[in-house]
Amino acid sequence: MEPLTIHGLHDKLVKGELSAVELTKKFLAHKDAVEPRIQAFLSDNRQFALEAAAAVDKKISAGENIADLAGIPGAIKDNICIKGQQATCASKMLEHFKSPYNAAIIDKLMAADYVSLGKTNMDEFAMGSSTENSAFQITHNPWHADYVPGGSSGGSAAAVAANECVWALGSDTGGSIRQPAAYCGVVGIKPTYGLVSRYGLIAFASSLDQIGSFTHDVEDCAIVLNTITGHDVKDSTSIPQEPKDYKKSLVNDVMGMKIGIPKEFFGEGLDEACRKSLEEAMETYKQLGAEIVSVSMPHIKYGIAAYYIIAPAEASSNLARYDGVGFGLRVEGKDIVDMYQKTRSQGFGPEVRRRILLGTYVLSSGYYDAYYLRAMKVRTLIKQDYDEALKQCDILLTPTAPDTAFKIGQNDDNPLAMYLGDVCTVTLNLAGLPGISIPCGYKNGLPVGMQLIGKALDEETLLRAAYTFEQHRTDLRRPSPMGEVEL
Amino acid sequence: MKISAEEIKKIALLSRLEIKEDQIDSTGKQLNDILSYMDLISQVDITDVQPTAHAVSMRNVMRDDVPRPSLPNDKALQNAPEPENGYFKVPKVIQD
Repeated sequence: MEPLTIHGLHDKLVKGELSAVELTKKFLAHKDAVEPRIQAFLSDNRQFALEAAAAVDKKISAGENIADLAGIPGAIKDNICIKGQQATCASKMLEHFKSPYNAAIIDKLMAADYVSLGKTNMDEFAMGSSTENSAFQITHNPWHADYVPGGSSGGSAAAVAANECVWALGSDTGGSIRQPAAYCGVVGIKPTYGLVSRYGLIAFASSLDQIGSFTHDVEDCAIVLNTITGHDVKDSTSIPQEPKDYKKSLVNDVMGMKIGIPKEFFGEGLDEACRKSLEEAMETYKQLGAEIVSVSMPHIKYGIAAYYIIAPAEASSNLARYDGVGFGLRVEGKDIVDMYQKTRSQGFGPEVRRRILLGTYVLSSGYYDAYYLRAMKVRTLIKQDYDEALKQCDILLTPTAPDTAFKIGQNDDNPLAMYLGDVCTVTLNLAGLPGISIPCGYKNGLPVGMQLIGKALDEETLLRAAYTFEQHRTDLRRPSPMGEVEL
Repeated sequence: MKISAEEIKKIALLSRLEIKEDQIDSTGKQLNDILSYMDLISQVDITDVQPTAHAVSMRNVMRDDVPRPSLPNDKALQNAPEPENGYFKVPKVIQD
């Protein structure tokens, strides 16, 4: 049995084989059954979901056309603002915050009659790679409860993998969509920086943050992209360009495509079973007529150091707004500075505090040149490495992570070890490029992810390569560990 | 040690974070581990390299200055910890 997809369910809705309300109820029942084991959600939105589904049914019975995504149950990461709903960022700081406005993408989703079952768990303020940094709960990997789902968008990835919803949105600052997608065995895309509006996405590191999606397959990925991409005047980093129909990229053909293998991603840190799955993937592409070429990116090895200077620096500035005055937690103190310090120390968890300290340090007088300015120059060199590699190739193929999911608690008290695991993903954010993670194997029952990297604004080639792989490697399809939703 | 106890206290104050005496050692150790790893980038030849602050180079993004509705006062205050008479209230800043 295969997971229910957006495209499959859309057909059923349009043909009248089931109603959107019935569909939402089926998913709510499945979610209720598995959620105690997964803990993917931070809020329950069933009333809104059922109302939204009823509105879709009304349109269908009136003979109106509905959007591809209309009426299909989804979920939204809890750092994206929806008017009147919580947006906690999994932080005590925003535990009682209710957004007074919609993110730009929520307006787009509403125009498509979206249905969301709730907001999903994450590492606090999207800082982390395991969702263990949530102030509220630990999310479990649907493939094995002792393992993390990845992060920071671990709730969204686990919710899709466990069939608690059909699609989910996340955000990716250094791999926070691609790595949990790999760990949970689903498709996750981080679009080109600027393709999706960040208006209403609670900021972590503004030059790196980008919204993207989790889905069961590449066709669904194209459908969500069609819904959320587009220029937005409210985000000055949004790229002005005509909307594209990404469904046109779902072409089952990679004949003549040049796929680059950057050797720096295949060094000794890569797990051997993962390497084998990736080599099989290269073989698949070769058999389908793609050309596999070796490329070198000498500055990739500095990626983690540059990223973990730049991202905390930006975070330390962005998170200055949590001062106990305008919104969020306030803890009283003996004077205003004491109030700020108590509020921020009690409102933020250990990882967020650590990154604020680190970011403040690398930006402080005497250290700015050695750390922050130097890291921005290294960022230029990394970007040039990508430009060179992508001049020779159409896309690049790498692991999404050096290994499969790790055990809950494994990296407690060792933040550096956690950071080093992001080695395959962070450099894309530094370069602003699009990347997609798709399943390419299993190791001891845990999924292995393959990352494909494209040229800026060339999501089409990425989707085409991912789609072709998925169509040919039907051996990788496995039943969901939490069971399928029966209609 | 790359970062001293004194520096940690200074950075904590700049960050408006409290740091208790018994947290200084563990915080210092973690920051030192991380900063020692960061030294990797001191090996890179950055002669004549321009810094990149943003991957997509867009400059001076302008739009027409058209009045639009903004967040009404009550909505802007709805999440405030201590609103009063349409304002955000803060502890006393100016001394007597």
